[in-house]
Amino acid sequence: MGEVIVVTSGKGGVGKTTTTANIGTGLAKLNKKVVLIDTDIGLRNLDVVMGLENRIVYNLVDVVEGSCKVKQAMIRDKRFDNLFLLPAAQTKDKTSVTPDQMKKLAEELKAEFDYVIMDCPAGIEQGFKNAIAGAERAIVVTTPEVSAVRDADRIIGLLEANEIGKTQLIVNRLRPDMVKRGDMMSAEDVIDILAVDLVGVVPDDESIVVATNNGEPLAGDSSLAGQAYMNICRRILGESVPLLSLDDKKGLFKALAGVFRKS
Amino acid sequence: MKLTDIFKKKTSSEMAKDRLKLVLVSDRSSCSPEIMDRIKNDILEVLSKYVEVDQAGLDIKLTQMDTEGADSDNKSVPALYANIPIKNMKHTSN
Repeated sequence: MGEVIVVTSGKGGVGKTTTTANIGTGLAKLNKKVVLIDTDIGLRNLDVVMGLENRIVYNLVDVVEGSCKVKQAMIRDKRFDNLFLLPAAQTKDKTSVTPDQMKKLAEELKAEFDYVIMDCPAGIEQGFKNAIAGAERAIVVTTPEVSAVRDADRIIGLLEANEIGKTQLIVNRLRPDMVKRGDMMSAEDVIDILAVDLVGVVPDDESIVVATNNGEPLAGDSSLAGQAYMNICRRILGESVPLLSLDDKKGLFKALAGVFRKS
Repeated sequence: MKLTDIFKKKTSSEMAKDRLKLVLVSDRSSCSPEIMDRIKNDILEVLSKYVEVDQAGLDIKLTQMDTEGADSDNKSVPALYANIPIKNMKHTSN
């Protein structure tokens, strides 16, 4: 029996979809059978981040309405045989699906997959309720900014009220240089404020933009963000992995970049 | 501590943390100004049975305090702070 995880944040644009894509890719790399569900009906994006936008035939709404079988709507990943995407509908809205239907779908998929990961839309309305309906665990994504942290706090409260068993936090787009000079809250600061378990810190990394451009999530590659995502996946599996030392690595990368520039 | 530290401005991350802590207190308490007002009036009603309260100096608000005890992990909880100056004790006739 697999586990259902919802990736959520409250605020938009903090990296939920990127996180979902990378956790899915990372877990698949660790030989888990994973399905990603884009619950952002009307504003689907997980398909383009995964690079699977040209393969969509059926979508989530088709599945819950019974117009097709789940198997027909799931798209196999380009690179990993054990990773699937269930895309959102683009022409419908959030009310096309109910929390009960999502719960039923999650139960069904849990039997076949190790991890069912829901990519939640921004906000706290119907789309959020749909995404958390079947979830047993939540990963809350935030950035070290006041607006994102405030929304994360609200979301954590709502997750508690809906009795989601376990809530863990990812601090995304951290810039160690800014933290160092006191112009950005550190991951510790954010944890201190939100009083929730940290599952990982992802540095602000240009390679994320490149990976999204190419439609190939970078979890597990040599970039800093790729390593950070892989560590998060290992922690999700229950391994205890120390936090990446963002400072030293950055120094090393800069040094390496310097060498290449000279030659 | 160096003398210059006294004049040192707070860093922007410290500002962010302080502001967030404050705003989250009211967010978490989910207490509208209307309810606060009713709490205030109810407290006053009870107190005025026994004492004469200085209404102008009244200060009732929701704030945050650290929990005590070993298992608390130093978490902050919302707390009702009330400063109610008393003008006079009422002497009951019986």
